[in-house]
Amino acid sequence: MADSKRLVVLGSGPGGYAAAFAAADHGLQVTLISDDEHPGGVCLYRGCIPSKALLHVAKLLHEAKMARAWGIDFGTPRIDLDGLRAWKDSVVAKLTGGLGQLAKARRVTYVRGRGKLLDAQHVQVELTAGGQEVLEFDVAILATGSQPLLPGAFPQHPRVMDSTAALTLPDIPERLLVVGGGYIGLELSTAYAALGSHVTVVEAGQEIARGADRDLVDVLAKRLYAICDEILLDTKVLAMQADERGVTVQLAGLDLAEPERRFDKALVAIGRRPNSQGLGLEQTAVELDPQGFVVVDAQRRTAEPSLYAIGDLAGQPMLAHKARFEARVAVAAILGEPSEYDPAAIPAVVFTDPELAWCGLTETEAATRGRDIKVTRFPWAASGRAATIGREDGLTKIIVDTHNERVLGVGIAGPGAGELIAEAVLAVEMGARADDLTMSIHAHPTLSETVMESAEMFAGQSAHFLQRQR
Amino acid sequence: MATEFKLPDLGEGVKAAEVSKVLVKPGEVVVVDQNLLEVETDKAATDVPSSVAGTVVEVRVKPGDSVPVGGVLLLIDESTAGAASASGSAAAPPVAATAAAAPEPLAPVATPAARPAPGAAGDPVFAAPSVRKFAREIGVDIKQVVGSGPGGRISSDDVKAFARSHPATAAAGEHRAAPAGELPDFTRWGAVERQRLSNVRRVTAQAMARSWATVPHVTIFDRADITDLEALRNKVKGKAEKLGAKLTITAMMLKLAAGALKVHPTLNASLDLAHNEVVLKRYVHVGVAADTDRGLVVPVVRDVDQKSMLQIAVELGELAAKARAGKLTPDEMQGGSFTVTNLGGLGVGHFTPIVNSPEVAILGLGRATQEPVWVAGGWQPRLLLPLSLSFDHRLVDGADGARFLRWIVEAIEEPLMLVLEG
Ligand SMILES: Cc1cc2nc3c(=O)[nH]c(=O)nc-3n(C[C@H](O)[C@H](O)[C@H](O)COP(=O)(O)OP(=O)(O)OC[C@H]3O[C@@H](n4cnc5c(N)ncnc54)[C@H](O)[C@@H]3O)c2cc1C
Repeated sequence: MADSKRLVVLGSGPGGYAAAFAAADHGLQVTLISDDEHPGGVCLYRGCIPSKALLHVAKLLHEAKMARAWGIDFGTPRIDLDGLRAWKDSVVAKLTGGLGQLAKARRVTYVRGRGKLLDAQHVQVELTAGGQEVLEFDVAILATGSQPLLPGAFPQHPRVMDSTAALTLPDIPERLLVVGGGYIGLELSTAYAALGSHVTVVEAGQEIARGADRDLVDVLAKRLYAICDEILLDTKVLAMQADERGVTVQLAGLDLAEPERRFDKALVAIGRRPNSQGLGLEQTAVELDPQGFVVVDAQRRTAEPSLYAIGDLAGQPMLAHKARFEARVAVAAILGEPSEYDPAAIPAVVFTDPELAWCGLTETEAATRGRDIKVTRFPWAASGRAATIGREDGLTKIIVDTHNERVLGVGIAGPGAGELIAEAVLAVEMGARADDLTMSIHAHPTLSETVMESAEMFAGQSAHFLQRQR
Repeated sequence: MATEFKLPDLGEGVKAAEVSKVLVKPGEVVVVDQNLLEVETDKAATDVPSSVAGTVVEVRVKPGDSVPVGGVLLLIDESTAGAASASGSAAAPPVAATAAAAPEPLAPVATPAARPAPGAAGDPVFAAPSVRKFAREIGVDIKQVVGSGPGGRISSDDVKAFARSHPATAAAGEHRAAPAGELPDFTRWGAVERQRLSNVRRVTAQAMARSWATVPHVTIFDRADITDLEALRNKVKGKAEKLGAKLTITAMMLKLAAGALKVHPTLNASLDLAHNEVVLKRYVHVGVAADTDRGLVVPVVRDVDQKSMLQIAVELGELAAKARAGKLTPDEMQGGSFTVTNLGGLGVGHFTPIVNSPEVAILGLGRATQEPVWVAGGWQPRLLLPLSLSFDHRLVDGADGARFLRWIVEAIEEPLMLVLEG
């Protein structure tokens, strides 16, 4: 042990803590530095986990409403905001506390504070408890993540929130403006709308949930138009003022009747930027790309041989599971194993209701690249399972290479899509062909059958969809 | 809005360039650093990489055109950059929209990190992650492997077959040897018999070819006077046998080599060119080449530096028995940091052993012979053992190798030195 490599991991989100744990399991001496009480990072403290807790409640509220059509009336739900917040916080506390214990059990030294590199071998930590510490390392993994983008045009005011503030659930504003129709904006719109806010979404581009195929987004859009007051596409926020009682915005968009609007609060979710500033990187050979991401090679090594970078800091897509995969790649490289960041499919999930999930090649990408593909779509209206849960609005599609029949991508819209996409990721990574999916037995009645049936359609014979067409 | 992509500054004194090749077409999605054109100046031919990501809208030049620095080459629509998922078909991230009027640049979220798309068509390799990992482990560039599975899917057998037919490629990627070439039809000259290669033979062939192709070998020769060592061996042989050990010269040389490796750690190392590092091993595990009827196998004696000659002799006896019986486990043949090979039993003197890569050195023992040696003013019959040391000249300099070998010779002739130097 005495002469094992000393590894410092800076930042303890899903990238950082996964790397620290894996390295410790392989006998490295690991110090994990981050500024929260426990490991967890953005994902556990102010990202994936708290947002998913709230979205679960949103789904429950929606289903309770739907139940009226099934002969069950729960009445009007009373929302105890303090109770809800306490439950959400307890979920976060339980998971982050658990990570703290796992770190201890693995003899990972957790140092709470903010780290800054002095050179390629030393990091200085401003300890949260006060004081400073300088640590020497053989190798360091930088995993400092990202933070919400809040350009100067948006006033610094409690009524103007970023995603972090919105997730603390300070209150339920009567009228909420959400700036940004990406997945974070849409997820939080869904949560606040379910809790009773009147939500207006403003999106500068021509579409919400960019990156997903249009036919999938259409499924979600139908529902979003029902739960939001308005979704304004191609519309920009020109200016925003906040005062004691509310927020005023000037909007610019096509055919906009009232360009000036008043809301109780605004949530700005227009993107995130990597935390590459203030890390002391200028003391090293580490390079940044024009967007501020640290430039890394296939092993996630930076231009400085002793420094690796993973997670949101190291490039798109900014997703927790991508960070976690990179952790594995970087640690293997440090251990001298041949490793490479070479995923064929990174799942992307929007946890709205219905959920959107896709992986591998999208139809849009295939078109831009002029790929020879065949796309099959299986509407959930033909799924028995979808009928039993009253959700026939979903869609499952697969994108298949016409020449070798390989499954290149899968897209799903519908409740549970985030879980269903797992099979698709495996299929794409393993190089499955459409008939591999057809010849794997899927349990009945489940939504996973929709994946099998869309694969069947590749050969032209999905049992249930054709029946309906007759 | 399309951006004009102009001929960048190509270096001092260059005012114009002639387009030799246009590498993109309208409608094509390009990423940062992707080569768009090849041009030729009066100084050199060079690629012109893109400084932006987006879709090519229009190509304004054709091969043969002469373009001044700053002249427009293509139009690129950057607003579509987001659609160009960086890693080819990896899912585009769900990016949030950007608000207008913000004075600060909002680009960070809109443009995925640009990396060149893998593979020819930009498709991910048609192989499972475990197969891709296996290819990396044995040094095969999986992009070159043709799959035999349905639709062209690559299996681990395909990777193995590729490695077999491209031993040099399998070794180090860059070092690509010319393919072996077609064999002539030998039956034109007489009868032949074809036998399947045994596994051991296949593995040996691969390993040797790889080492030969990638390791610049140097072999140096010396002879050690083992008269006293042999006398000692004969004296304690009987005692050793009672302990179940056959005290051979090989066993004794293993111990001596371990001593030399402790003092010369660069011969107990590996070269990691991918990381620009030398891997110095803090252990001394010595492989011993054993000739069996199945072919060459190399069982490994662990921690030789920490064991007595007798212990080593016992273990060597056991490993040799297992080797002959074909009972060695893969574990017992892995992890060596140095190899000793003895051809003395077959009457050979000096020879040029091939380094058992990724180790960096191998010691060959020959047949010891009685020879007249001038000692203290007179000829004496002395027993001389031929020693041949091959080493990887990338890591080990000639002088290092010579010092290492000298150390062994002196340790044999002046055994007290072992005690002195530890
Ligand atoms: C509202 C929201 C919802 C999300 N939902 C999902 C989801 O459902 N699924 C998904 O995959 N992704 C989701 N994400 C994205 C996900 O949170 C990130 O991709 C992920 O957290 C990135 O992990 P990371 O390891 O790169 O770093 P992070 O999780 O960002 O953690 C980095 C940590 O390092 C700390 N740090 C930074 N600088 C220093 C320093 N100098 N010294 C010490 N510590 C430092 C930071 O404070 C932070 O705690 C969501 C994000 C948000 C905001």
